[in-house]
Amino acid sequence: MNGYNFAYLDEQTKRMIRRALLKAVAIPGYQVPFGGREMPMPYGWGTGGMQLTASILGSDDVLKVIDQGADDTTNAVSIRAFFQRVAGVETTTATTSASVIQTRHRIPEAALSHGQILVFQVPIPEPLRFIEPSEQETRLMHALEEYGVMHVKLYEDIARYGHIATTYAYPVKVDDRYVMDPSPIPKFDNPKLHMNEALMLFGAGREKRLYAIPPYTRVESLDFEDHPFEIQAWDECCALCGSETSYLDEVITDDAGNRMFVCSDTDYCMTRRGEVA
Amino acid sequence: MNRSVLPRPDLERPALLDVHNVSRLYGPDKGCQEINFRLHAGEVLGIVGESGSGKSTLLRVLAGLEAPDAGHVAYHSANDDTLDLYAISEARRRALLRLEWGLIHQNPRDGLRMGVSAGANIGERLMALGQRHYGQLRAAGQDWMGQVELDPGRIDDAPRTFSGGMQQRLQIARTLVTRPRLVFMDEPTGGLDVSVQARLLDMIRTLVRQLGLSVVLVTHDLAVARLLSHRLLVMRRSRVVEAGLTDQILDDPQHAYTQLLVSSVLTP
Repeated sequence: MNGYNFAYLDEQTKRMIRRALLKAVAIPGYQVPFGGREMPMPYGWGTGGMQLTASILGSDDVLKVIDQGADDTTNAVSIRAFFQRVAGVETTTATTSASVIQTRHRIPEAALSHGQILVFQVPIPEPLRFIEPSEQETRLMHALEEYGVMHVKLYEDIARYGHIATTYAYPVKVDDRYVMDPSPIPKFDNPKLHMNEALMLFGAGREKRLYAIPPYTRVESLDFEDHPFEIQAWDECCALCGSETSYLDEVITDDAGNRMFVCSDTDYCMTRRGEVA
Repeated sequence: MNRSVLPRPDLERPALLDVHNVSRLYGPDKGCQEINFRLHAGEVLGIVGESGSGKSTLLRVLAGLEAPDAGHVAYHSANDDTLDLYAISEARRRALLRLEWGLIHQNPRDGLRMGVSAGANIGERLMALGQRHYGQLRAAGQDWMGQVELDPGRIDDAPRTFSGGMQQRLQIARTLVTRPRLVFMDEPTGGLDVSVQARLLDMIRTLVRQLGLSVVLVTHDLAVARLLSHRLLVMRRSRVVEAGLTDQILDDPQHAYTQLLVSSVLTP
């Protein structure tokens, strides 16, 4: 496309982001500051993830974009169209054939393989922010591994609700060192972070921070000995494909209170039904 | 009663805190300068003086929160090391504050996390030490609420629903739950009414005896100093003007300023 550099960002910016990414991969879970650029959409819509995608995209990459697991939601459709236009890369909705997957709120159900890259859009990268408003202080806490306060939040959950009520953005410890916010993925997806074969990159556009989990990295969800980490479970199975192991969305179907549960990962659901999206 | 269980100061051991020629000045005679003293294990040291005399600055320097311009503070740690407080890394200093020391602020809102429940406040230091058992954290919380005369049934209430005196007691519970060796108190009874003050002082005195704590206590209130501390430093315009045993200083003050201070206490 005329007038734009390949994948929208200029080459110097992409180099700067790639350098930051190398540092992030070298120190798993550590938040690396980067010079965030203005993207042609508002903060909160995935500007961080888009900048990372733009920096790592090559002309032979195959891009998949999901939002809440679905390929056909507004955010996913427009970001996919954007990169189709400014980079001319091939796009897909099939998890297995994509080389770069930009995601908001989910990790695909299909197992990722070595060589794939998962890019997360992150709203608040700092897991300690809820308890410590000062950035200087939280950085010091990370540096000195002062993570006692992370359990204060989990304690509050149990005291108030009788169980750990945090269901998304559930804090994890990466490679036994940094406590990290895995972006607002449901805690259902937390176990998939552990020893994953794919490279996982996290970009926060407003906060101008990026971090990474390299392939085959230990990722542990924080918990208490007598209240161990648990993922969500449903009594129903997917109404469309019958899956009992995937993350389900509840869909209201009429005004009479009828509802159905369907897979949030559309590609997974369609593949199981033998359809091609 | 078996007297042998009471902890006694062991004077053969090196001093817990050795303060040598410490100065921290913000301006001429503003702050503290040329401070020398030793604090032994099990001892309660009171620092008294008027507003602006440098008491709180000295406390911040001792607690590792503010580096002195000159002099050094040596701390004898639990594993028998003598540490120069400002020569060790910040990580180590913060670890000391978290593991071996406690700091009680004048305003409980500075020392408490107002956004989380009383139980989480008490449990925080335990969690920082690696305690990962919810049931035990909760039991410790309830136990300590009882020890500081709060209703253990209110363990899930937010600190802001507590009165000022109760918040101060909660702050004390939160600090003492990890059994620190050395506690710094900055006007622990400031801003409380007299009857609440008296009960709080009585409680602090009991806890200090029971746990065998060493305490550095900053106060402008001579009655508080008399009740709690074994030894006193009297500060005026950034310098220590008189030091000695509490009763000796309060009953027979030598320095003109101390005499003024003692004579200006209102007695009903």
